[in-house]
Amino acid sequence: MPKITYVENNGKSHTVEIDKGLTVMEGAIQNNIPGIDGDCGGSMACATCHVYVKEEWYDKINEKSEGEDDMLDQAFEPNKFSRLSCQISVTDEIDGLIVDLPKKQ
Amino acid sequence: MIKTDALIIGAGPTGLFTAHQLNIIGLKCEIVDNLDKIGGQCIELYPDKPIYDIPAVPECTGEELTNNLINQLKPFDIKFHLNERVDEVKNEKGYWHVKTNNGTVFYTPNVIIAGGVGSFEPRKFTPKECEQYEGKSIFYSIKDKNIFKDKTVSIFGGGDSALDWAVELSANSKVNLIHRRDEFRGAQSTLNKVYELEKEGRINLFTKYQLKNPRGNGKLDSIDIQNENKEIKNLKTDYVLGFFGLIMQLGPIANWGLNLNKKTIEVDTEKFETNQKGIYAVGDICSYPGKLKLILSGFHEGALAARACFKLARPDEKYRFEFTTSSSSILKRLGKKSD
Repeated sequence: MPKITYVENNGKSHTVEIDKGLTVMEGAIQNNIPGIDGDCGGSMACATCHVYVKEEWYDKINEKSEGEDDMLDQAFEPNKFSRLSCQISVTDEIDGLIVDLPKKQ
Repeated sequence: MIKTDALIIGAGPTGLFTAHQLNIIGLKCEIVDNLDKIGGQCIELYPDKPIYDIPAVPECTGEELTNNLINQLKPFDIKFHLNERVDEVKNEKGYWHVKTNNGTVFYTPNVIIAGGVGSFEPRKFTPKECEQYEGKSIFYSIKDKNIFKDKTVSIFGGGDSALDWAVELSANSKVNLIHRRDEFRGAQSTLNKVYELEKEGRINLFTKYQLKNPRGNGKLDSIDIQNENKEIKNLKTDYVLGFFGLIMQLGPIANWGLNLNKKTIEVDTEKFETNQKGIYAVGDICSYPGKLKLILSGFHEGALAARACFKLARPDEKYRFEFTTSSSSILKRLGKKSD
């Protein structure tokens, strides 16, 4: 199973194995990772699963969905590596992905 | 003070169907919602998105579902209190006194929380320093646009609210429009108007910038904005407006002494009652072993909570289960003739 690392804003790091086919948001919720809310359940309607993808991974993950940038406008402190983790699917290609979590959602 | 059999907090699908279930069994209810319209997340977050898992409805949008639920409530007299947030709850001799931020007070034996993931609140600016100016020079909604006349107003955001207000206020104010990227998501026609006004020098546009810091001594006099390359600009401004959409917060409910589990409220699965007698939680906001956050689950939870309300609202009567197909009293409540 692909391993994903979530790094909380305080530096605490969680590496978990996530089933292929899930999203990075779902992986965080199922593993009780603090700092990702996913309030709308993955319908890209709330911007509470915002993450910063590590620079070296940014171009390797699937591209932004239509409307994702519109939602990211509403996220807390977005930057150029911001993504909604509900729109990143877990595949073998992203085994080892590291995402940083914002100060708050 | 409004006396009612049950107060429902939240006018989303679960709250609406719970109101139906209360009225079917002969109980009166009132509904409070913080949004300005009925429908909850279905209307605020995904009015146009199709939903495929409502029983017996193969496909419908959030807006269609809401309209159908409102139609289903037509036979009943239900008062909605929109734009109001429930702030305080206290118990007096078995009755709940519930007060909203507008000062409305309800007096009821039953409070049903159907609050989804909480109430919708505006997203705020990041820098902590903004707090001291909020409500004075920094706003997230506009109540009286006249205060901006002949002043400088800096508007942040890339959606319709930001664009609409930029256009509107540019008539009588000096307007700065600041957005974190150079694409806007508002209506193209409004955007064209913004570009036109920019050419005429009526709107100053700053894209790829975000608010870094408000400046002032008790009274706001300028703001620092910063772009991705950490370049900072200082803009003189009297007012700052932020339009970043809404975020859901549990809000004052968190202080009601209910057993919470993350952002949800723990309930039993017989009455969907919380640890407080007469306070129930249904829909996405409740949690119990096996909880599914589906609209259909909210309908079931509301139906059972409504039956539990009967006991407290009509302590001297016995609740009798009846079907809508055959009960003459239910048909009467629905305004239908019985055979």
